[in-house]
Amino acid sequence: MTERSGPLLEVDHLRVEFFTRRGQVQAVRDVSFHIEPGETLGIVGESGSGKSVTAQALLGLIELPGKITGGDVRWRGESLVGEGCEKVLDRVRGNEIAMVFQDPMTSLNPTFTIGFQIAEVLRRHMGMSRGDAKRRVIELLDLVGIANPTQRVKQHPHEMSGGMRQRVLIAMALACEPQLLIADEPTTALDVTIQAQILELIAELQQELGLAVILITHDLGVVAGVCDRVCVMYAGRIVEQATAVELYGTPGHPYSAGLLRATPRLDEVLPRLVSIDGAPPDLLKPPAGCGFAARCPLAIDRCVSESPTITLHQHEGKDRHVACWRAFDDVLL
Amino acid sequence: MSPVGAHSTTSSSDAGAEHGPIVEVESLCVRFPVKGGFGRTKKWVHALDDVNLFVGRGETLGLVGESGSGKTTLGRAVLRRAPITSGSVHFDGQDITHLGGEQLRQLRRRMQLVFQDPYASLNPRMTILELVAEPLVVHGMVRKAEEARADVYDLLDRCGLPGDAIDRYPHAFSGGQRQRIGIARALAMRPSLIVADEPVSALDVSVRAQVVNLLQDVQSEFGLSYLFIAHDLSVVRHISQRIAIMYAGRIAEIAPSNEVYERPRHPYTKALLSAVPIPDPVVQRERRREVLIGEIPNPIDPPPGCRFQTRCPMATDLCRTENPVLEQKSPGHWAACHYSDQLV
Repeated sequence: MTERSGPLLEVDHLRVEFFTRRGQVQAVRDVSFHIEPGETLGIVGESGSGKSVTAQALLGLIELPGKITGGDVRWRGESLVGEGCEKVLDRVRGNEIAMVFQDPMTSLNPTFTIGFQIAEVLRRHMGMSRGDAKRRVIELLDLVGIANPTQRVKQHPHEMSGGMRQRVLIAMALACEPQLLIADEPTTALDVTIQAQILELIAELQQELGLAVILITHDLGVVAGVCDRVCVMYAGRIVEQATAVELYGTPGHPYSAGLLRATPRLDEVLPRLVSIDGAPPDLLKPPAGCGFAARCPLAIDRCVSESPTITLHQHEGKDRHVACWRAFDDVLL
Repeated sequence: MSPVGAHSTTSSSDAGAEHGPIVEVESLCVRFPVKGGFGRTKKWVHALDDVNLFVGRGETLGLVGESGSGKTTLGRAVLRRAPITSGSVHFDGQDITHLGGEQLRQLRRRMQLVFQDPYASLNPRMTILELVAEPLVVHGMVRKAEEARADVYDLLDRCGLPGDAIDRYPHAFSGGQRQRIGIARALAMRPSLIVADEPVSALDVSVRAQVVNLLQDVQSEFGLSYLFIAHDLSVVRHISQRIAIMYAGRIAEIAPSNEVYERPRHPYTKALLSAVPIPDPVVQRERRREVLIGEIPNPIDPPPGCRFQTRCPMATDLCRTENPVLEQKSPGHWAACHYSDQLV
């Protein structure tokens, strides 16, 4: 199927800015990562860290006042940024890369049946006839675990629960058999038992269809369960990239470590959570040094004056990628 | 003994009220009418159905459930802000179910609410001083907010806000700081009980920990009892001494936090626990997950028998016909399931 080896998607020094009345908000600052076929990559971060903007930039969905101001996104070697990218994006978007958003309520059109909405995708992108599309819609709904698909196609979004709607959106995303699914907080609006159903579904589909998945979330628990590799974002930058096991075992960046310590675990009881004091910086005027320096218990003068880039560290015999002048020092705390 | 604990012994004489629970809820039902126009029969949303529980003095009772389980309605009913169809609510030994007018107003001084959304719950046109002092003004304890300045300053300080916050407006603060303001406002009346409805759900992880710690600090400092409503079981287990699990308007299980986690006696609790992801890939990938099929039943037309029977992997004909009552299975551990003994 793949005529070339190498990563599916490469993001190279991506910058996204929003030009507001108050000034330029540097939402994504110099972000680089890649994803291999069939892999699950997690992007974790708090609100305002730039994780959703990054996802939107991958598919050219940044709208004014936002703009990609630097860097490149390459899908199987082809650039999705800059001149002439619209043509490539039109081909790739929906067909090869699909996206699922957080809010299943607003992502569907309330005035059409869900059957019509999925069929529309098939007819537009795959050029299917009405009858073929209808049959395929029922197959797709069955694939995403919706019972009685022949009845369900006639329903409107308001007749379905949040979990059902998210399944419909996943069915829609999978309609054109994409190679990469970008899921932006797909389970945040859902109850925990429904979240478990949806995560299970994504994992199953991935096995069955050989999909690569980029999962964007703020929930470290969700990432731990499903992701092979993880990028941790803070203040518009990736501060650490690691395999899930390495990240949770020995976080290299003080922010990753702080985030893990601040997250209560169901399986252990602590007398007190260790919080991270303060709040993230204003990206209208990002600090000259490390974005986390003001909140970091390990910060030294260099952290305030000079911004660390993501670099290769050797830790316990493993290659680790961390953007910190004091990477892994936290382990000693 | 009933799950309402000491109430049955203290109601006859008020002498023991000081030591009894701060809140006791007994056989509480709340139903909301749904209008059926054009000759359709009137239907009811069964929001709460025969709920029994108590909150001890100085205790945090965590109330967990999915959306639509009735946890917010229960919190509101305790504060007398939901229409009670039947059953009773006692506060500090006093039956408040039918209280009205001035008596209810007096009562509300002693119970406060902390909301989920720190952006919607603070009036943007009021300064922090006015916001925090507002309950004092409303209850006639001061004539103007300005008179409470020293007290407000002190409260803000205890809630970890900078001194210059007092004359600023809500827009100048982040979500975490706004939630601190909401807590300061709730503390202004020196209440005995705070009902916290998803107080940290809208906050980011690092800020959430700050607010959870603050809630714990002021609890011991002000001698507060909490009814802590949340859907996040990890946070609830961290902050609560006991946990009540709700499902479709009924209590499925109540037990000390460790018991709930280590020895769940209701299949819904078990499924809920297994659905909560643990932030550790080594542990999480080893866990046996029980993924529940289906969704919470429609509260207008709940199923007969046990409300969980439509999704329960253990359901039998008995569950489909007979509603299991909340029974004490071991000291302090209550569950409403016909087969709870099989779970241990």
